[in-house]
Amino acid sequence: MKKDVYRLGGIAAVLVIALVVAISFYRSEEARKASQRAKEQAAMNSSVFVRPHSHSLGPEDAKVTIVEFFDPECESCRLMHPLVKRILGQYPNRVRLVLRYMPLHENSEYAAGALEAAGEQNRYWEMLDALFLHQPIWGSHESPRPDLIPGYARQLGLDMKAFQRFMDAGSYRSLVAIDRADGMALGIRGTPSFFVNERPLLRLGYDSLKSMVDQELAR
Amino acid sequence: MRANPGAGRQSESTFVYAYAAWVIALIAMLMSLFFGEVMQLPPCTLCWYQRICLYPLTAVLAVGIVLRDEKLLAYALPLVLAGLGFSIYHNLLYYGVIPEALAPCTEGASCSARQIEWLGFIGIPLMALLAFLAILGSLLLHRKTQRRASS
Repeated sequence: MKKDVYRLGGIAAVLVIALVVAISFYRSEEARKASQRAKEQAAMNSSVFVRPHSHSLGPEDAKVTIVEFFDPECESCRLMHPLVKRILGQYPNRVRLVLRYMPLHENSEYAAGALEAAGEQNRYWEMLDALFLHQPIWGSHESPRPDLIPGYARQLGLDMKAFQRFMDAGSYRSLVAIDRADGMALGIRGTPSFFVNERPLLRLGYDSLKSMVDQELAR
Repeated sequence: MRANPGAGRQSESTFVYAYAAWVIALIAMLMSLFFGEVMQLPPCTLCWYQRICLYPLTAVLAVGIVLRDEKLLAYALPLVLAGLGFSIYHNLLYYGVIPEALAPCTEGASCSARQIEWLGFIGIPLMALLAFLAILGSLLLHRKTQRRASS
Protein backbone atom coordinates (compact mmCIF):
# COMPACT_ATOMS: atom_id res chain seq x y z
CA MET A 1 0.00 0.00 0.00
CA LYS A 2 2.74 2.41 0.94
CA LYS A 3 4.66 1.29 -2.09
CA ASP A 4 1.69 2.16 -4.27
CA VAL A 5 1.47 5.62 -2.78
CA TYR A 6 5.14 6.23 -3.55
CA ARG A 7 4.80 4.81 -7.02
CA LEU A 8 1.66 6.82 -7.83
CA GLY A 9 3.27 9.91 -6.40
CA GLY A 10 6.46 9.31 -8.37
CA ILE A 11 4.64 8.85 -11.68
CA ALA A 12 2.48 11.88 -11.01
CA ALA A 13 5.54 13.95 -10.14
CA VAL A 14 7.31 12.91 -13.36
CA LEU A 15 4.25 13.78 -15.44
CA VAL A 16 3.78 17.12 -13.71
CA ILE A 17 7.45 17.97 -14.26
CA ALA A 18 7.03 17.03 -17.93
CA LEU A 19 4.03 19.37 -18.04
CA VAL A 20 6.01 22.21 -16.48
CA VAL A 21 8.80 21.70 -19.00
CA ALA A 22 6.24 21.67 -21.83
CA ILE A 23 4.69 24.88 -20.50
CA SER A 24 7.97 26.76 -20.28
CA PHE A 25 8.99 25.50 -23.73
CA TYR A 26 5.64 26.55 -25.18
CA ARG A 27 5.81 29.97 -23.50
CA SER A 28 9.31 30.78 -24.69
CA GLU A 29 8.42 29.57 -28.19
CA GLU A 30 5.30 31.78 -28.20
CA ALA A 31 7.26 34.76 -26.94
CA ARG A 32 9.84 34.26 -29.68
CA LYS A 33 7.12 33.96 -32.32
CA ALA A 34 5.27 37.03 -31.04
CA SER A 35 8.40 39.19 -31.16
CA GLN A 36 9.29 37.88 -34.58
CA ARG A 37 5.78 38.46 -35.91
CA ALA A 38 5.75 42.03 -34.63
CA LYS A 39 9.16 42.65 -36.18
CA GLU A 40 8.15 41.20 -39.52
CA GLN A 41 4.92 43.16 -39.61
CA ALA A 42 6.70 46.36 -38.67
CA ALA A 43 9.29 45.83 -41.39
CA MET A 44 6.63 45.08 -43.99
CA ASN A 45 4.21 47.75 -43.02
CA SER A 46 5.08 50.28 -40.38
CA SER A 47 1.51 51.55 -40.13
CA VAL A 48 0.30 48.25 -38.70
CA PHE A 49 0.75 49.74 -35.22
CA VAL A 50 -0.59 53.24 -35.80
CA ARG A 51 -3.06 54.30 -38.46
CA PRO A 52 -3.96 57.89 -39.33
CA HIS A 53 -7.39 57.40 -37.74
CA SER A 54 -5.97 56.07 -34.46
CA HIS A 55 -6.71 58.03 -31.32
CA SER A 56 -3.77 58.78 -29.07
CA LEU A 57 -2.76 60.52 -25.87
CA GLY A 58 0.63 62.15 -25.45
CA PRO A 59 3.06 63.77 -27.89
CA GLU A 60 3.72 62.11 -31.25
CA ASP A 61 7.47 62.29 -30.77
CA ALA A 62 7.35 60.62 -27.36
CA LYS A 63 10.25 58.30 -26.68
CA VAL A 64 7.93 55.44 -25.84
CA THR A 65 4.74 54.57 -27.69
CA ILE A 66 2.30 52.11 -26.14
CA VAL A 67 -0.09 50.63 -28.67
CA GLU A 68 -3.09 49.01 -27.06
CA PHE A 69 -5.49 46.77 -28.95
CA PHE A 70 -8.66 46.89 -26.92
CA ASP A 71 -12.33 46.13 -26.90
CA PRO A 72 -14.68 48.57 -25.14
CA GLU A 73 -16.77 45.60 -24.00
CA CYS A 74 -13.82 43.66 -22.53
CA GLU A 75 -13.60 43.56 -18.74
CA SER A 76 -9.81 43.28 -18.61
CA CYS A 77 -9.50 46.33 -20.85
CA ARG A 78 -11.71 48.16 -18.40
CA LEU A 79 -9.44 47.15 -15.53
CA MET A 80 -6.23 47.92 -17.40
CA HIS A 81 -7.28 51.35 -18.65
CA PRO A 82 -6.72 53.35 -15.41
CA LEU A 83 -3.38 51.55 -14.96
CA VAL A 84 -2.20 52.55 -18.42
CA LYS A 85 -3.26 56.10 -17.69
CA ARG A 86 -1.31 55.98 -14.44
CA ILE A 87 1.84 55.13 -16.41
CA LEU A 88 1.14 58.02 -18.78
CA GLY A 89 0.75 60.28 -15.77
CA GLN A 90 4.07 59.14 -14.32
CA TYR A 91 5.96 60.10 -17.49
CA PRO A 92 4.23 63.16 -18.87
CA ASN A 93 5.32 63.96 -22.42
CA ARG A 94 7.59 60.94 -22.63
CA VAL A 95 5.02 58.21 -23.19
CA ARG A 96 2.29 58.10 -25.79
CA LEU A 97 -0.73 55.83 -25.86
CA VAL A 98 -2.34 54.75 -29.13
CA LEU A 99 -5.65 52.91 -29.03
CA ARG A 100 -6.67 50.34 -31.60
CA TYR A 101 -9.89 48.35 -31.74
CA MET A 102 -10.02 44.60 -31.45
CA PRO A 103 -13.75 43.86 -31.26
CA LEU A 104 -14.36 40.41 -29.80
CA HIS A 105 -17.79 40.79 -28.22
CA GLU A 106 -21.29 41.21 -29.51
CA ASN A 107 -21.61 44.99 -29.16
CA SER A 108 -17.94 45.94 -29.35
CA GLU A 109 -18.23 47.33 -32.85
CA TYR A 110 -21.23 49.45 -31.96
CA ALA A 111 -19.43 50.75 -28.87
CA ALA A 112 -16.37 51.52 -30.99
CA GLY A 113 -18.68 53.44 -33.31
CA ALA A 114 -20.01 55.45 -30.37
CA LEU A 115 -16.41 56.25 -29.41
CA GLU A 116 -15.66 57.43 -32.91
CA ALA A 117 -18.85 59.49 -32.94
CA ALA A 118 -17.75 61.15 -29.70
CA GLY A 119 -14.30 61.60 -31.23
CA GLU A 120 -15.88 63.58 -34.07
CA GLN A 121 -16.98 66.02 -31.36
CA ASN A 122 -13.58 65.88 -29.61
CA ARG A 123 -14.92 63.95 -26.64
CA TYR A 124 -13.28 60.59 -27.39
CA TRP A 125 -11.56 60.02 -24.06
CA GLU A 126 -14.53 61.16 -22.00
CA MET A 127 -16.73 58.74 -23.93
CA LEU A 128 -14.22 55.97 -23.33
CA ASP A 129 -14.33 56.65 -19.59
CA ALA A 130 -18.12 56.62 -19.69
CA LEU A 131 -18.22 53.34 -21.60
CA PHE A 132 -15.82 51.69 -19.19
CA LEU A 133 -17.66 53.12 -16.18
CA HIS A 134 -21.01 51.74 -17.33
CA GLN A 135 -19.62 48.63 -19.00
CA PRO A 136 -21.12 46.20 -16.43
CA ILE A 137 -24.56 47.47 -17.49
CA TRP A 138 -24.45 47.90 -21.25
CA GLY A 139 -21.94 45.11 -21.71
CA SER A 140 -23.48 42.61 -19.32
CA HIS A 141 -23.11 39.04 -20.52
CA GLU A 142 -26.61 38.00 -19.53
CA SER A 143 -28.57 40.98 -20.79
CA PRO A 144 -26.46 43.49 -22.70
CA ARG A 145 -28.02 46.92 -23.17
CA PRO A 146 -26.22 48.63 -26.07
CA ASP A 147 -29.33 50.80 -26.39
CA LEU A 148 -28.11 52.68 -23.30
CA ILE A 149 -24.94 53.86 -25.03
CA PRO A 150 -26.45 56.96 -26.72
CA GLY A 151 -27.63 57.98 -23.25
CA TYR A 152 -24.03 58.13 -22.04
CA ALA A 153 -23.21 60.34 -25.01
CA ARG A 154 -26.07 62.62 -24.10
CA GLN A 155 -24.79 62.87 -20.53
CA LEU A 156 -21.49 64.13 -21.92
CA GLY A 157 -23.43 66.87 -23.65
CA LEU A 158 -22.75 65.65 -27.18
CA ASP A 159 -24.73 66.94 -30.12
CA MET A 160 -27.05 63.96 -30.36
CA LYS A 161 -28.22 64.67 -33.88
CA ALA A 162 -24.66 64.56 -35.15
CA PHE A 163 -23.99 61.51 -33.00
CA GLN A 164 -26.94 59.66 -34.47
CA ARG A 165 -26.06 60.72 -38.01
CA PHE A 166 -22.54 59.38 -37.53
CA MET A 167 -23.81 56.07 -36.15
CA ASP A 168 -26.32 55.67 -38.98
CA ALA A 169 -23.70 56.37 -41.63
CA GLY A 170 -21.75 53.39 -40.27
CA SER A 171 -18.43 54.56 -41.67
CA TYR A 172 -16.81 53.51 -38.40
CA ARG A 173 -17.19 49.87 -39.41
CA SER A 174 -14.48 49.99 -42.03
CA LEU A 175 -12.18 51.73 -39.59
CA VAL A 176 -12.76 49.06 -36.94
CA ALA A 177 -12.17 46.43 -39.62
CA ILE A 178 -8.76 47.93 -40.42
CA ASP A 179 -7.78 47.82 -36.74
CA ARG A 180 -8.99 44.28 -36.46
CA ALA A 181 -7.03 43.21 -39.54
CA ASP A 182 -3.89 44.83 -38.11
CA GLY A 183 -4.47 43.04 -34.83
CA MET A 184 -4.84 39.72 -36.61
CA ALA A 185 -1.69 40.38 -38.61
CA LEU A 186 0.13 40.95 -35.33
CA GLY A 187 -1.19 37.63 -34.05
CA ILE A 188 -3.35 39.02 -31.28
CA ARG A 189 -5.46 36.45 -29.49
CA GLY A 190 -7.11 38.45 -26.76
CA THR A 191 -7.67 41.92 -25.38
CA PRO A 192 -6.08 44.02 -24.16
CA SER A 193 -2.88 43.40 -26.12
CA PHE A 194 -0.04 45.86 -25.74
CA PHE A 195 2.97 46.75 -27.82
CA VAL A 196 5.65 48.97 -26.35
CA ASN A 197 7.74 50.53 -29.11
CA GLU A 198 6.50 47.74 -31.37
CA ARG A 199 7.58 45.00 -28.98
CA PRO A 200 4.77 42.80 -27.66
CA LEU A 201 3.97 42.78 -23.95
CA LEU A 202 4.14 39.10 -23.05
CA ARG A 203 2.52 39.05 -19.62
CA LEU A 204 -0.51 41.22 -19.08
CA GLY A 205 -0.39 43.39 -16.01
CA TYR A 206 0.60 46.77 -14.63
CA ASP A 207 4.03 45.71 -13.40
CA SER A 208 5.19 44.09 -16.61
CA LEU A 209 3.87 46.97 -18.72
CA LYS A 210 5.55 49.49 -16.45
CA SER A 211 8.87 47.67 -16.48
CA MET A 212 8.77 47.44 -20.27
CA VAL A 213 8.10 51.18 -20.51
CA ASP A 214 10.96 51.84 -18.08
CA GLN A 215 13.24 49.66 -20.16
CA GLU A 216 12.42 51.56 -23.33
CA LEU A 217 12.79 54.93 -21.59
CA ALA A 218 16.24 53.89 -20.37
CA ARG A 219 17.46 52.99 -23.84
CA MET B 1 0.44 -10.81 2.86
CA ARG B 2 3.31 -11.58 5.19
CA ALA B 3 2.07 -15.13 5.70
CA ASN B 4 1.95 -15.79 1.99
CA PRO B 5 4.63 -13.95 0.04
CA GLY B 6 3.21 -15.24 -3.24
CA ALA B 7 -0.03 -13.34 -2.76
CA GLY B 8 1.80 -10.04 -2.62
CA ARG B 9 3.52 -10.62 -5.92
CA GLN B 10 0.27 -11.68 -7.47
CA SER B 11 -1.62 -8.55 -6.51
CA GLU B 12 1.40 -6.63 -7.75
CA SER B 13 0.99 -7.96 -11.27
CA THR B 14 -2.80 -7.82 -11.33
CA PHE B 15 -2.79 -4.07 -10.85
CA VAL B 16 -0.54 -3.30 -13.79
CA TYR B 17 -3.49 -2.47 -16.01
CA ALA B 18 -5.11 -0.34 -13.32
CA TYR B 19 -1.87 1.61 -13.23
CA ALA B 20 -1.98 1.93 -17.01
CA ALA B 21 -5.54 3.29 -16.85
CA TRP B 22 -4.54 5.78 -14.19
CA VAL B 23 -1.48 6.99 -16.09
CA ILE B 24 -3.55 7.49 -19.26
CA ALA B 25 -6.20 9.42 -17.31
CA LEU B 26 -3.53 11.59 -15.70
CA ILE B 27 -1.79 12.34 -19.00
CA ALA B 28 -5.13 13.13 -20.62
CA MET B 29 -6.02 15.47 -17.76
CA LEU B 30 -2.69 17.29 -17.91
CA MET B 31 -2.97 17.64 -21.67
CA SER B 32 -6.47 19.06 -21.45
CA LEU B 33 -5.25 21.52 -18.83
CA PHE B 34 -2.35 22.45 -21.11
CA PHE B 35 -4.68 23.10 -24.03
CA GLY B 36 -7.08 25.09 -21.88
CA GLU B 37 -4.87 27.00 -19.47
CA VAL B 38 -1.58 27.37 -21.31
CA MET B 39 -2.60 27.49 -24.96
CA GLN B 40 -5.79 29.31 -23.94
CA LEU B 41 -8.04 27.27 -26.22
CA PRO B 42 -11.55 27.67 -24.83
CA PRO B 43 -13.16 24.30 -23.96
CA CYS B 44 -16.55 23.81 -25.60
CA THR B 45 -19.57 22.46 -23.73
CA LEU B 46 -18.97 18.85 -24.73
CA CYS B 47 -15.33 19.17 -23.72
CA TRP B 48 -16.48 20.23 -20.27
CA TYR B 49 -18.68 17.16 -19.86
CA GLN B 50 -15.79 14.94 -20.87
CA ARG B 51 -13.54 16.73 -18.40
CA ILE B 52 -16.12 16.12 -15.67
CA CYS B 53 -15.86 12.39 -16.38
CA LEU B 54 -12.11 12.30 -16.87
CA TYR B 55 -10.70 14.32 -13.98
CA PRO B 56 -12.25 12.30 -11.11
CA LEU B 57 -10.81 9.14 -12.67
CA THR B 58 -7.32 10.23 -11.66
CA ALA B 59 -8.43 10.22 -8.01
CA VAL B 60 -10.78 7.23 -8.13
CA LEU B 61 -8.23 4.98 -9.84
CA ALA B 62 -5.40 6.07 -7.55
CA VAL B 63 -7.42 5.33 -4.42
CA GLY B 64 -8.54 1.99 -5.84
CA ILE B 65 -4.95 1.04 -6.59
CA VAL B 66 -3.69 2.02 -3.15
CA LEU B 67 -6.48 0.12 -1.40
CA ARG B 68 -6.14 -2.83 -3.80
CA ASP B 69 -9.87 -2.50 -4.16
CA GLU B 70 -11.45 -5.36 -6.08
CA LYS B 71 -14.42 -3.16 -6.88
CA LEU B 72 -12.24 -0.57 -8.59
CA LEU B 73 -13.97 -1.27 -11.88
CA ALA B 74 -17.41 -0.55 -10.44
CA TYR B 75 -16.35 2.93 -9.36
CA ALA B 76 -14.45 3.81 -12.49
CA LEU B 77 -16.64 2.36 -15.23
CA PRO B 78 -19.59 4.76 -14.92
CA LEU B 79 -17.23 7.71 -15.39
CA VAL B 80 -15.42 6.04 -18.27
CA LEU B 81 -18.60 5.02 -20.08
CA ALA B 82 -20.25 8.41 -19.64
CA GLY B 83 -17.10 10.14 -20.86
CA LEU B 84 -16.88 7.74 -23.78
CA GLY B 85 -20.49 8.51 -24.70
CA PHE B 86 -19.89 12.27 -24.75
CA SER B 87 -16.67 11.71 -26.62
CA ILE B 88 -18.24 9.60 -29.36
CA TYR B 89 -20.97 12.19 -29.83
CA HIS B 90 -18.38 14.95 -29.90
CA ASN B 91 -16.30 13.19 -32.54
CA LEU B 92 -19.34 12.60 -34.71
CA LEU B 93 -20.00 16.34 -34.58
CA TYR B 94 -16.38 17.28 -35.05
CA TYR B 95 -15.82 15.14 -38.10
CA GLY B 96 -19.14 16.19 -39.58
CA VAL B 97 -21.04 12.91 -39.32
CA ILE B 98 -23.78 14.72 -37.40
CA PRO B 99 -24.55 18.20 -38.75
CA GLU B 100 -23.47 21.11 -36.57
CA ALA B 101 -26.99 22.52 -36.52
CA LEU B 102 -27.96 19.80 -34.05
CA ALA B 103 -25.10 20.70 -31.75
CA PRO B 104 -26.13 21.90 -28.32
CA CYS B 105 -23.15 24.22 -28.18
CA THR B 106 -24.19 27.75 -28.95
CA GLU B 107 -22.21 29.64 -26.35
CA GLY B 108 -18.50 29.78 -25.99
CA ALA B 109 -16.40 27.74 -28.35
CA SER B 110 -18.11 25.75 -31.05
CA CYS B 111 -17.86 22.00 -30.51
CA SER B 112 -16.84 21.49 -34.10
CA ALA B 113 -14.31 24.33 -34.24
CA ARG B 114 -10.91 22.93 -35.20
CA GLN B 115 -8.36 24.27 -32.79
CA ILE B 116 -5.58 21.74 -33.13
CA GLU B 117 -4.95 19.37 -36.01
CA TRP B 118 -1.93 17.15 -35.51
CA LEU B 119 -0.93 15.28 -38.65
CA GLY B 120 -3.85 16.99 -40.31
CA PHE B 121 -6.63 15.06 -38.60
CA ILE B 122 -5.87 14.43 -34.92
CA GLY B 123 -7.95 17.03 -33.12
CA ILE B 124 -8.56 17.35 -29.40
CA PRO B 125 -11.85 15.35 -29.54
CA LEU B 126 -10.06 12.42 -31.16
CA MET B 127 -7.35 12.48 -28.49
CA ALA B 128 -10.07 12.43 -25.84
CA LEU B 129 -11.80 9.51 -27.53
CA LEU B 130 -8.55 7.55 -27.72
CA ALA B 131 -7.90 8.29 -24.04
CA PHE B 132 -11.33 7.05 -22.95
CA LEU B 133 -10.99 3.94 -25.14
CA ALA B 134 -7.53 3.22 -23.76
CA ILE B 135 -8.74 3.65 -20.18
CA LEU B 136 -11.70 1.37 -20.86
CA GLY B 137 -9.43 -1.21 -22.50
CA SER B 138 -6.98 -1.13 -19.60
CA LEU B 139 -9.77 -1.54 -17.06
CA LEU B 140 -11.21 -4.51 -18.96
CA LEU B 141 -7.76 -6.11 -19.06
CA HIS B 142 -7.48 -5.36 -15.34
CA ARG B 143 -10.71 -7.24 -14.72
CA LYS B 144 -9.51 -10.15 -16.82
CA THR B 145 -6.21 -10.52 -14.96
CA GLN B 146 -7.94 -10.13 -11.64
CA ARG B 147 -10.40 -12.87 -12.44
CA ARG B 148 -7.61 -15.13 -13.55
CA ALA B 149 -5.73 -14.38 -10.33
CA SER B 150 -8.68 -15.12 -8.11
CA SER B 151 -9.74 -18.30 -9.87
